[in-house]
Formats: sequence, structure tokens, C-alpha cells
Amino acid sequence: MQYLLLIYDQESQWGKLSEAEQGKMYQEYGDFTQSITKSGHYIGGNQLHPVAKATTVRVRDGKKLITDGPFAETKEQLGGYYMIEAGNLDDALAIASRIPSARFGSIEVRPIVARGERP
Amino acid sequence: MTIEQIYREESGRILATLIRLLGDFELAEEAVQEAFAAALEHWPTEGTPANPRAWLVSAGRNKAVDLLRRRACFAGKRDELARLGALAEVVAETPEESMVNDDRLRLIFTCCHPALAREAQVPLTLRTLCGLSTEEIARAFLVPLPTMAQRLVRAKQKIRDAGIPYNVPADDELAERLDTVLLVVYLVFNEGYNATSGDVLIRRELSSEAIRLGRLLHTLMPESAEAEALLALMLLHDSRRDARTNASGEIVLLEEQDRSLWHCDQIAEGLELTERALARGARGAYALQAAIAALHAEAKRPQDTDWHQIVALYELLLQQQTSPVIELNRAAAVAMADGPQDGLRLLEALAERGELKGYYLLPAARGDMLRRLSRWAEAEEAYRDARLLVVNDAERRFLDRRLAEMQQRGGRRAPTG
Repeated sequence: MQYLLLIYDQESQWGKLSEAEQGKMYQEYGDFTQSITKSGHYIGGNQLHPVAKATTVRVRDGKKLITDGPFAETKEQLGGYYMIEAGNLDDALAIASRIPSARFGSIEVRPIVARGERP
Repeated sequence: MTIEQIYREESGRILATLIRLLGDFELAEEAVQEAFAAALEHWPTEGTPANPRAWLVSAGRNKAVDLLRRRACFAGKRDELARLGALAEVVAETPEESMVNDDRLRLIFTCCHPALAREAQVPLTLRTLCGLSTEEIARAFLVPLPTMAQRLVRAKQKIRDAGIPYNVPADDELAERLDTVLLVVYLVFNEGYNATSGDVLIRRELSSEAIRLGRLLHTLMPESAEAEALLALMLLHDSRRDARTNASGEIVLLEEQDRSLWHCDQIAEGLELTERALARGARGAYALQAAIAALHAEAKRPQDTDWHQIVALYELLLQQQTSPVIELNRAAAVAMADGPQDGLRLLEALAERGELKGYYLLPAARGDMLRRLSRWAEAEEAYRDARLLVVNDAERRFLDRRLAEMQQRGGRRAPTG
């Protein structure tokens, strides 16, 4: 099964880290990505720019509405994601718990609807 | 055995095995229903087969093949056809007892998976492992039937779509996951034992189902001392079931219970399990509560109870989990060990913190201690406070009796009518 691991944490906390601390974090993420690539779980994943750079678009009555910012203001923001292949939820949760941000943020684990299936 | 009895005894086992064979919770559930429908059709005329469970498993497997074939034709789906092919390979085996037990253990861990909400874990366990109907479960938890049905459907959908596995967790996860399973069993038991309201018969059934589950867990995981302690605790509490209320359904306090009504066989088993669990190092909440229950069970008369040791056990329990309810119990034990004056002091400190505001047992315990001190008027007032908070008829009747007693002792006329 495929799962999307959504990484939520407080963006403001990231800015408070020193350069050395940020470097350590990137290192940890690099090691983690490498390890799940080696184990064959990794499908894809990216870090996202802060929500300040988000733009939200909606189409209503055929009209395109474009607004600055994320679709909703939340205490923790979506900061990145991994897409993985895992045998079952337990395997996916075990991988999610190894994401560095799991220690201070939250990882939402969402099963992906397989092609041709309906949720 | 009637088909109904077989359903009760075996449906959990059959479902567990079919889930393993079919790899699909909902399909297996449908197959079990169809297998029993087939049994209702065939057994009355053809006789009950020698091994009903093997018959039902194989009927369920065949029904699942039919169901899949129908779905595959309807939807023309390749994966359904592929599963059908795989299923044809599964021989109509007669699973061995040990294998069936493994299936059931896997099923408990699936039903109690932490990715399911607690309000789904408990009914799902009762539905799938104990074979209780959705209606019975709804009645037991005082939830409207459609709400309970929807809860179960959602839980099963999540098991399927989120890929909740059907297995016993790996060693590094096992202890934590077993805790959830034990808690679910404990909640089922408490729901039956500490009935605050609702259908008495269904609730009694919940207690015995919890004991059955506890027994199953203990058999399947003999290495877990906590599982052993939980079974002990449930047996010891349940041994008093016939003495806890009198003929008119009124609550009878431990010290006033007719101890000849206690079930000796359960006590003997509970004591042995408690001792073994403690000897193996179990020091969790279940083990400590079982040890307390064991001290009560061992006392031939109320005055033989070792209250000092009970107080010590409550202290240990409080070190593990801070809970105002446990503090209340400790205060009551202190009142018995060292005298009501000491208990009262603890109780007053507890009342001041306000956490138990609205909990009827707090003023009821206060009333009891004041009664022991012959402070009738104050006791009456405390019982009156308790009566305002009580929700259960049996408890209300008990407080009424105490109130009348206090009024009499206090030299006042008991109210009439």
C-alpha cells in the first residue's frame, strides 16, 4: 500500500534555530531519506516553502479567485511530505515515527487510494 | 448444541480464521453470516456435522468465493478475479486448534489497534470476538442502534482502507499494544460490573465476555504477567456478583455482604492467578488491584480484612497513577485501618481540591465515616448530598436506607411514604 506522510510543525520554530541546528536537522532528514530509499519504502518527498509563500485558488461560478496564503490558518503548518510504499499501517507508522520532525511536530499518515479504486 | 449456541461460541473463531484465509475483514464477516444461514438451512434436516466449526469455515470460504465471483462478474474487476484465483488455492482445511487461537489473537490486536478510536475498539471487539449483535452492544452502551452500527462500519472501513494489519505486533511494539488490548478488556468488564444504568442482563453478559476474553489472552500470551493479573482481578471482583445486591436490587456494601454467596471456585482461581502474577513481577494497576481484591476475598469475616496492607497497596497504586478516585478508595481504607477520623481528614483534603465534585461516592464515603463516629446529623447531611448526585436506582435505594437510619439514630422520625 502507498501512504502519504504529511509533516506538520510550527514554522516559526524553524526560524528560531541557529544555522548549526538547521544544518543538523537537514543532515538528519538526509540520513532518514537515504535509509528509507535503501529499504525500498521511498517513493517521493519534498520540503515545502513556508505558508507565507502559499497561494490558494478557488473556482466559483466559473470565476477564478486567487488569495494569498494557505487555505486555512493553523497552529502547525504542512512543511513537507514523504510518499512511501509500506506493507501495512504498522509499517507506515514505524517509518513515520522516524521522521525527525515527529519529535516536536506531528506526522499525519494517510493511505493513498489505489488507481482504479474508489474510497 | 443449538445453532445459536454454536454461533455464540464459535463465530469469533470462524471469523478470525476466515479473515486470515480471505485477507478481508468485511468479506469474512459476510461469509460468516452466510455460512450460518446455510447451517440453518441444512443442519435441521441433514443433522449437525461432527465438526461444526470446520463445516462452517469451509462453508464460509465457499460463500466468499461465490460473493467474489458475483462481484467480479458485476464489476469486471481484474483484482477481484485475481483474488478469486488465489482463494481457489486455499484448501478447505480444518484448521488446528493452535492455529485458530493464533487467528483470534491477531483479531484482538486488529480490533484494539490504536489507530481506531476507543469508542470503536470496544464494540468492535465485542462484535467480532464475542459475537454480540450490534443491537446488544448498542443497548449495553446506551447508544442508538444506527449510531453503533455506523461506528462499526466506519471502524471496518478504516481497517481496510488504512491497511490496519491483521497480526500480532512485533516484539518492540508488543508491550505497548498489549496495554491497549488489556484496557479494552478491562473497560468491557467495568461497563458490565459498575453498571451506572441500563439493561442489567446485558451488563452481566459484558462481565462474563470480558472474563472470557481475559482467559483467552492469558492462554494465548502466558508470558504476560499483566494479562494474568487482569484475569485474576476480574475473577475476584466477579466472584462477589451475587452478594453485591439484595433481593430488591439494593446495593450491599462489601462489609455487609453475605460471604457465603461469594463464588469460591472463582476466588480460588483468582487468588492463585494473583499470586503467580505478583511472583512473576507484575506491579501494574491490574496486579495491585487484584492484590487488593485478593485481601478482601481472603477475609472470612469483614473484621478479618487486612486493611493496613490494603492501604499500602493503594499507596503503590497512587504512585503509578494519580487519580482522585483511587485517593478516595485509599481514604476509605485508611478509615478502616486507622479509624474514621483519619479517613475523614484525607477525605476533606480531597473534597477541597474539587476534582470529585459531582461524584456521589465522595459524600457517600463521608457519610459513612461520620456514621461510624456517631455524628448522625452530619452523616445525614452527607448522605443527602450523595443522593442528589446518584444516577442508579440501586444506589439511590441504598442511600435512602442509610438516610432513614440516620434520622432514626438522630432521634428523628423516619419519613413515611
